Amino acid sequence: MSAEDVRELRIVGFLCNWCSYGGADTAGVARFTQPTDLRIIRVPCSGRIDPLFVARALLNGADGVLVSGCHPRDCHYAEGNFYARRRLEMLKRFLPITGIDERRFEYTWVSASEGQRWQHVVTEFTRRIHELGPAPSFNPSSAEEWANLALHEATKGETCPCHGA
Amino acid sequence: MSQLEELKAAIRGHLDSLDCVIGWEEGYDPLHATPLFIHTEADLDRLNISPLAVHNLATYATGFKGTKIGIVVRGCHSRSIIELLTEKLIERDEVVLFGLCCDGVVSQRKIRAALPADPGFVEAVEIGADELEITIAGEKTTLKVQDVLADKCRICAYPDPLLADVLIGEKHAERPNDVGLACQDDFEAKSGAEKLAFWQDTMSRCIRCYACRNVCPMCVCQDYCIAGSRDPLWMSQENTPAENFMFQMIHVSHLTGRCTECGECERACPVDIPLMLLRRYMNKQVREVFGHQAGITLDKTPPLLTFQVEEARIKERDW
Repeated sequence: MSAEDVRELRIVGFLCNWCSYGGADTAGVARFTQPTDLRIIRVPCSGRIDPLFVARALLNGADGVLVSGCHPRDCHYAEGNFYARRRLEMLKRFLPITGIDERRFEYTWVSASEGQRWQHVVTEFTRRIHELGPAPSFNPSSAEEWANLALHEATKGETCPCHGA
Repeated sequence: MSQLEELKAAIRGHLDSLDCVIGWEEGYDPLHATPLFIHTEADLDRLNISPLAVHNLATYATGFKGTKIGIVVRGCHSRSIIELLTEKLIERDEVVLFGLCCDGVVSQRKIRAALPADPGFVEAVEIGADELEITIAGEKTTLKVQDVLADKCRICAYPDPLLADVLIGEKHAERPNDVGLACQDDFEAKSGAEKLAFWQDTMSRCIRCYACRNVCPMCVCQDYCIAGSRDPLWMSQENTPAENFMFQMIHVSHLTGRCTECGECERACPVDIPLMLLRRYMNKQVREVFGHQAGITLDKTPPLLTFQVEEARIKERDW
């Protein structure tokens, strides 16, 4: 994985301030070896995470997005992660219809004392993303592809591709 | 008495106590209807409830908050009203619902495809029991209503309003509420790469006119829509498939557990983006996980506005 000979991928991590960020810190203080592909964004609570943060990250070219918060029942704000769980589950179920690989997104719970668990989560998730490779760009990546797309759309006419004529 | 006469009589009876009643009238040509705002009895003559009157008038409900209005609703439209009431976005005593037992509405897209040439100016439309006779440039074409029925009507589970103050027409027999569409299943069965390519393609067509948002009865914060906000800047002005799709993701995410599948987004789309693929898919997910269908009863909280400490159908990842 990273810090070795493989190209680093971009993984965005949304971590709640009270548990998972603390857990990552614990892992760091204990000097557990971790892959370095993850870029952490600290948020007050997993309930603060709008699923659209994740959607935005994935559309903007993140190769993976990891969300982590306090374990259910252990939320610093009592019920933030209960709401988060429902939202994130719906997001996870939404991704397949868009064609974005749902394995590129994961949510989990890590407490502030679980340094080892954090190491495990990061390592596993990073491995998974490396197996999937860099995410395909939603936008055409070259001038040629742009031209192809425009031509394709222009010649297709009014027929709706879903419903046929 | 025909359904139309019955409805007119009912509206006439309520007109004095209401600021206005929203229905449909003939639009710019006989083939298209447009919403009609009835203030006086004279307006009532223009009322039209043929299968061409497709618009979900529940969309206007929140705009009239604070006044007392009447709305003509079909089965699926009444679900939108129920959802708005559940979320306390409108008050029950501020709307009078004139419910129509509905046999389905047409899809203009299918009519356009079924006509021999581009319709251009439509001279006349005769509406029979189950046929439409369309006259264009002196030539008559007869279409079966069944053949040009909107997709949502082909699988409609609630043709009769679930909530109405005045119910007009005869109730239908109960229908199954889990019928799917073949094109939906076909699309869902495609591989991830195929679906991604499809949306890239389709979204490059989007002109971001926001018609899908503006007709949506559930999109109630249009003046404050995050798609139009500069700070935070959720969407840039870039016209790329990814930006266009971002808007659809916003719409999907804000409709999760609230969408009543009235099909207005897809109908209003000027570039024929099959948005209902997303709606039907997400509603299926909501039903699977939360056992919830939006706009059926008045006493259920939308699933994302509540939680259970132990979720029965959400599997926690074990790592």
